[in-house]
Amino acid sequence: MTDIPPNKAQRALHLHRELDKVWADLPGLRGFFTSVNHGTIGLRFMATAFVFFAIGGVLAMMIRAQLATRQGAFLSSELYNQIFTMHGSIMMFLFAIPLLEGLALWLLPKILGARDMAFPRLSALGYFCYLFGGTTIVLSLIFGVAPDGGWFMYVPLSDKTYTPGVNADVWLLGVTFVEISAMAAAVEITVTILRCRAAYMPLTKMPLMAWYLLGTAAMMLIGFPPLILGSILLELQRAFDWPFFDITRGGDPLLWQHLFWLFGHPEVYIIFLPAAGALSTIIPVLSRTKILGYGAIVAAILGLVFLSFGLWVHHMFTVGIPHMALAFFSAASALVAVPTAVQVFAWIGTMYEGRVQFRLPMLYIIGFFATFVLGGLTGVMLAMVPFNWQAHDTAFVTAHLHYVLVGGFVFPMLAAVTWWMPMISGRWRVAGLGESAFWLIFIGFHGTFFIMHLTGLLGMPRRIDAYPDNPEWEILNLVSSIFGMIQAAGFALFAFDMVMQWLFGRRSWRNPWRAPTLDWAMPLPAPSYNFASLPGPVHDNATAILPLAKGEGLLPGAPRGHRETLVVEPASGKPDHIAVLASNTALPVLTSLAIGSFFGLMLAGLYWLTPIGIVATLVMAWRWGTIMGVDYDPPWIEVAPLLTLPTHFSVTNTLAYTGCVALLVADGTVFASLLFGLGFLNVVAPNWPAPETGWATGMMGLMALAAFLVILAATFAGRKAATSRDPRVWTRVGFVCAVLGLILMAGLATGLDDPRRHAGDALRAVMLGYVAVHAIVVAMLALRSDRDARTGRVGPHRRGAIPAWQLFQRFLLFTATISLTVVVTQEVL
Amino acid sequence: MRRGPRKTSARIWICGWGLVFSMTLLTLLLGSALWVGERMIAQGDNVIRVQAHASRYNWQFTQPAPDGRLVTTDNILFVPAGQPFEVAIHSDDVIHSFWVPRLGGKMDAIPGHVNLHRLQADQPGQYAGQSAEFSGPGYRDMRFTLVAYDPADPPKALTDAPLPKALP
Repeated sequence: MTDIPPNKAQRALHLHRELDKVWADLPGLRGFFTSVNHGTIGLRFMATAFVFFAIGGVLAMMIRAQLATRQGAFLSSELYNQIFTMHGSIMMFLFAIPLLEGLALWLLPKILGARDMAFPRLSALGYFCYLFGGTTIVLSLIFGVAPDGGWFMYVPLSDKTYTPGVNADVWLLGVTFVEISAMAAAVEITVTILRCRAAYMPLTKMPLMAWYLLGTAAMMLIGFPPLILGSILLELQRAFDWPFFDITRGGDPLLWQHLFWLFGHPEVYIIFLPAAGALSTIIPVLSRTKILGYGAIVAAILGLVFLSFGLWVHHMFTVGIPHMALAFFSAASALVAVPTAVQVFAWIGTMYEGRVQFRLPMLYIIGFFATFVLGGLTGVMLAMVPFNWQAHDTAFVTAHLHYVLVGGFVFPMLAAVTWWMPMISGRWRVAGLGESAFWLIFIGFHGTFFIMHLTGLLGMPRRIDAYPDNPEWEILNLVSSIFGMIQAAGFALFAFDMVMQWLFGRRSWRNPWRAPTLDWAMPLPAPSYNFASLPGPVHDNATAILPLAKGEGLLPGAPRGHRETLVVEPASGKPDHIAVLASNTALPVLTSLAIGSFFGLMLAGLYWLTPIGIVATLVMAWRWGTIMGVDYDPPWIEVAPLLTLPTHFSVTNTLAYTGCVALLVADGTVFASLLFGLGFLNVVAPNWPAPETGWATGMMGLMALAAFLVILAATFAGRKAATSRDPRVWTRVGFVCAVLGLILMAGLATGLDDPRRHAGDALRAVMLGYVAVHAIVVAMLALRSDRDARTGRVGPHRRGAIPAWQLFQRFLLFTATISLTVVVTQEVL
Repeated sequence: MRRGPRKTSARIWICGWGLVFSMTLLTLLLGSALWVGERMIAQGDNVIRVQAHASRYNWQFTQPAPDGRLVTTDNILFVPAGQPFEVAIHSDDVIHSFWVPRLGGKMDAIPGHVNLHRLQADQPGQYAGQSAEFSGPGYRDMRFTLVAYDPADPPKALTDAPLPKALP
């Protein structure tokens, strides 16, 4: 069954020219704005992330300069607050997350044996949202209006009363804008791993890196929505005075802490998992053996994904939660060390069993062990409630988190960069520079942060800008500052090494590390199309480089002039169809500008103009769909002798469909977080329930019921359209129903109590708004389906946008039923 | 191929060290931490209760004098040495955190909530205290002093305090 005969060998150079013409970026500046190729976008993500890392690093040096002496005469308190807030925010949101996204985008198709990510345009959209959002955040620093409430943005400090300026809005809007790229990447990574693998590569045999990134993407899909919802709620409070976190009107500042740490703790593992993936990839090769305990590591990844969502409260041990509840979260925090221990011992065991070669990436891996294990141990200390009460918010925690993040993320990522650099640049490094950079970073890091544990135990709190009455902290801080500068010099040398390698390194030979994975089954530097022909059961590792280049693998060349890649069934890897991917287009950058215009208008406080941004975004989203169908039945494609597959136009279970499911998982988590917020305030917040008003319950109940029935009717129409030969009637019915539903909801909204009155009223308005936003999306999809049906894009096998419409329609029905019930019953109860 | 020995070593590394070793250690640690924590939390029994009210950037304390009168002070807190006391911590602007490092852990002051914190100063003397939750530009100066006095010799600040006008 899995025997696919090889294709006839061709001339490799001929294939290369044919493919490169189809896959290459446009030349010059146009290429920058129109590229959708995962190789280009991934590298760009990583390069941009390192630029932000440098900016964050400069801020860190300013913090160290300020703390070097106890008078701290270097910065004012106001500026110091902006700088430490920005240091944390930049490192988290503009460096760590985008760097791992970039690595995933760049690496995944190569290591899985595909030509591109599942959604090339989405990669580009994510990049521009990141670039524009990140630039805005950094520019705010230059204008002196940077966020200054800490990277955790606790309310009430970050609300309008205590932060009247635009500072907090920069954070909330900027980070949310950037997080579009995280959500895009999460959807894309999930779909690519599940469906764009080499033919017959089962889930259970895929490279560990893919398992790690699948875990990461799953956590991002569930971890980011609480933060996005929290940011929206806080921005609504700041902009329109909806009191979600205002204690006097039924809100509670603790709600923000819960939403933030529901994201914030998984975030640590989101950052750690891809780094661990790089370790699991590099360690066995440089130990010249196989990884020990593949199955145990996969189990550990799944365990981490699951457990990391049960830990968030350990950031809140001092907010006054009952001790028994703390005990539960303390136990979970300790338990999460077990899957980490399993992985660490698997890596040590692998090195013990093999013969370790101390080449540059291995140095960084040794650096990882020395650093991360210490960070893990102090993490276990902090998981213990009595110790946490003492060390919380002191320099001890600063030391701990840097050990975990630099040890668990930066060192492995530097190992990964040096590891894959020959594939990126096609060159081998200049001897000596890399080693010097490593030792400077390593010594600088431990000199800075090891001593900081002691500073914290001596009682120095975080986030103070001077300590005139505590001379005993001074020498410790001075030592930290000096070593901090050494560390900075090390990072500068690392960057210099990269540039030197790029410019002056000698050409690298193929597969210089003699690695087994498919990413090395290609010439260096990696070509725009990755593989001239795709790997399959015959060519399933790096030794297949020549047959693949000669077109003996699957789907050789680009004879039809399209960007084509293979789509497989999720579990088995059985070939399913051919996806024809998007080519160079400016649509992503224009769409991100449209979205950005909305965020920009919000930031400027021009709320009455924001509908322009929304309409612009909808228009761009509409154009996004126009290239997604064809009005004829495309012929099947011969992938290999005796294996002919349809293109994605003629199947329903497309990449886009899987992507919609992944997106709805995230969307559902937003909704669940909203319900959590409602439940939390109901139970915990004082000043509940809201004072009674004369609400026209009967009238409103009828209106809600009518809205529900209309949505039900639209769902029925969607179902009919999915199977009908001529769905034109049903698509139109669906569209009309969605519009009717929106009108009814607008009517319902006019009857609601003023959201400014009470948090309950505000949450009710948000729930209605959530349903309305989805009704707009569904109306757009119904209209798109209708257009597809009327322009011949729907046939017996070609279904156009109908499957996606049906999926969203069902989701709308589900969430609307709950929301409308809540909106009505909240008044009755 | 070294298939045989590989299997055994995987079991030692992953089950032995990764699971058994780490879980044993963590269980012991967790058990002892819970036991210590349980002794530290507020019991709600009949001990001296003081109020700590945090606002930017000041601590206001209300504590009982030996004769039972309530005395309000700014940035200085008097408690008798050698016996446990509970601090009722609250705030009405932003979040702060009550911390006397030499006596014990910290507890947050959150608008709309009152948190109880149980501490004890064994020896009479002065103990430095500070807020441990970032609260804005004046954060670093939000310090206070806890004075533990010998119950036989209460300080003048408590005994001579004028009668407060109104009590909550």
